Amino acid sequence: MTRRLLATAGAAVVLAAAAVLPDPAWAQANEQFMPVLVYRTGPYAVNGIPFADGYSDYLNMLNERDGGINGVKLVIEECETGYATDRGVECYERLKGKGPTGAALFNPLSTGITYALMDRAPVDKIPVITMGYGRTEAADGSVVPWAFPILGTYWSAADIAMNYISKEVGGVAKLKGKRIALVYHDSPYGKEPIPVLRKLAQDYGFRFDELPVTHPGVEQKATWLQIRQNRPDYVLLWGWGVMNSTSIKEAAAVNFPRERMVGVWWSGAEPDVRPGGDQSKGYKALALHTTGSGATAHEDIRRFVYDRGKGKGKREEIGEVLYNRGMMNAVLATEAIRTAQERYGKKPLTGEQVRWGIENLNITEARIQDLGLVGMMRPVKLSCSDHEGGSRARVHQWDGQKWVILTDWIEANQKMLRPMVEAAAKKYGEEKKITARDCAKTS
Amino acid sequence: MELQDLYFLIEVIIGGLMAGVLYSLVALGFVLIFKASGVFNFAQGAMVLFAALPVVRLIEWGVPVWAAIAAAAAIMIGLAFVIERTVLRPLVNQEGIILFMATLGVTFLLEGLAQQIWGSEVYRLDIGIPTDPLFLGEILVNGFDISVAVAAGLLVAALIAFFQTTKVGRALRAVADDHQAAQSVGIPLNHIWIIVWSIAGLVALIAGIVWGSKLGVQFAMTFVALKALPVLILGGFTSIPGAIVGGLIVGAGEKLSEVYLGPIIGGGLENWFAYMLAMVVLLFRPQGLFGEKIIERV
Repeated sequence: MTRRLLATAGAAVVLAAAAVLPDPAWAQANEQFMPVLVYRTGPYAVNGIPFADGYSDYLNMLNERDGGINGVKLVIEECETGYATDRGVECYERLKGKGPTGAALFNPLSTGITYALMDRAPVDKIPVITMGYGRTEAADGSVVPWAFPILGTYWSAADIAMNYISKEVGGVAKLKGKRIALVYHDSPYGKEPIPVLRKLAQDYGFRFDELPVTHPGVEQKATWLQIRQNRPDYVLLWGWGVMNSTSIKEAAAVNFPRERMVGVWWSGAEPDVRPGGDQSKGYKALALHTTGSGATAHEDIRRFVYDRGKGKGKREEIGEVLYNRGMMNAVLATEAIRTAQERYGKKPLTGEQVRWGIENLNITEARIQDLGLVGMMRPVKLSCSDHEGGSRARVHQWDGQKWVILTDWIEANQKMLRPMVEAAAKKYGEEKKITARDCAKTS
Repeated sequence: MELQDLYFLIEVIIGGLMAGVLYSLVALGFVLIFKASGVFNFAQGAMVLFAALPVVRLIEWGVPVWAAIAAAAAIMIGLAFVIERTVLRPLVNQEGIILFMATLGVTFLLEGLAQQIWGSEVYRLDIGIPTDPLFLGEILVNGFDISVAVAAGLLVAALIAFFQTTKVGRALRAVADDHQAAQSVGIPLNHIWIIVWSIAGLVALIAGIVWGSKLGVQFAMTFVALKALPVLILGGFTSIPGAIVGGLIVGAGEKLSEVYLGPIIGGGLENWFAYMLAMVVLLFRPQGLFGEKIIERV
């Protein structure tokens, strides 16, 4: 009896020790754990796959070419979310503590999952990068320190799209009396641009129609019949996955000109236009970065990853819109880690340390050249108060075979947007009982 | 009401009816299997994807359209054999809910297997169905919708002829009426199941080609099964005309509600309106508009 009791107690001590102490293998490893939330299955897989491939391929390229970041190898683990918020949270919980220092950061590629992680990330001290998506309030880093909607929020996107349309119609003054419809995914993602578009409608005097499409968006006939009846001058498309291609086809079915459709940057990739064939010709969308596979970084991915048989996807998919988007996310994540290493040392870093790296990220033209990304992206500089780091996009158009860039970089009107962002962040802070940081005192 | 408004109302109704035909195509597959075997085949949506993927991929690889469709038809018949042998036969005489759960398993297996074999990207399917909008006077009608409605009409006529005039069709009806009685007069149940699952597979193939031409062949096609559920509740689980009429009612109802009620109550009601309509029908006619009333005596 006593022996059994001792054995049980001994086993309990060993188990408790195993739970508390770091894994010896991890403790010795000079490795940075990089969780990757992906959706390679489900209704949004067509968009999730190229993004995940671009993200992982870039990290693998750094491992193969440079041995990681300053000698710290990147350990990648994918977790399948299926674009479902509950599964995304489950992935986060499973992966957050992995690696010698825990997860460096998360990149959920889902506004729904981002919303769910907003409360968890500060507790676990793990930053969340939401490049071109997520909650707009997070652009104000003084209130939301752990989330980073880098390169553009949906509010910026809405303003950029309207800026482009105003130029097309001959100036802001000509927007008066026009009619603009927003066809949006009926989810937190799709609803994000509405406050800005309502304000712009009020300021510029255009009529604004809101037309929600329920998930997943396979049937939209009623929506497009309303567009046929209302005859808007332009349609803004805020869709994802099958909803985008269905919208374009339905637009063709009611004879709405694709040239007068402008999609957000999540509605402007190859899977959105290819199913429509010729019907997609002329369709326009915002572009957060350029398309194409001619950058030096692409060449390195082909050489160090695909030539060695370690590519995640198909070689021909390199350079497509969502592949490049995934790559760009990986660039931001790894450059943030590199920045943080300058302060905390060339070793695996905690999420808190990586957060500092993201907040102090400064990718200059010279650095873009070093990274082999010339022409693909614009410089990015973040700060304690500015988690967006620049909000510019171009407009590209599908010519039936490829995306053709139509405009130079269009900048969002931050004079109008910033006070709105700060007001929304303040409200968010009050709801969540967050005391805003004094960014003047933050180092 | 002005003339323009009247034209628009007609457009909405026609658009809705045409969308309803698309739902009916999927609902038909459910009805066929339920009618013959009492199994609610949850895998019908997955079968649509499973059938469409080989068509589009074979066409991409240079196989003629007719050969790709024939190959997919052969795959669906083969699938019927496999399902009968590995799922239905071992579970014969089990409760309906057990068979339903088995079809849930088949759903995930087919979804995974189809994407594993043929790929999980979005594939453009163009078999020459016209897609240009047509104007009948002031009224806009979609060429694609008309073609699909004609195809669906022919399919239903063929199915009705098959059930009414052929020996196998009569055997299927006998099995649908009473399994044991049919067996007692020498109708082999296993063969009947293979035949009916094959027919449901061929209906899924047609639905897959139509929905694939509309959406592009991709995983999201499996969601069209959700569109078929209110159609089944409305039309009845055992009636082929019910699947058609149910589809038309759901299609027209959801479009009318979205267009005319949507702007008042915020939009996005296209999806749930169909289910609400189905629930109302359930309250008054649990067997659906055309379903058989089941009377069980103690």
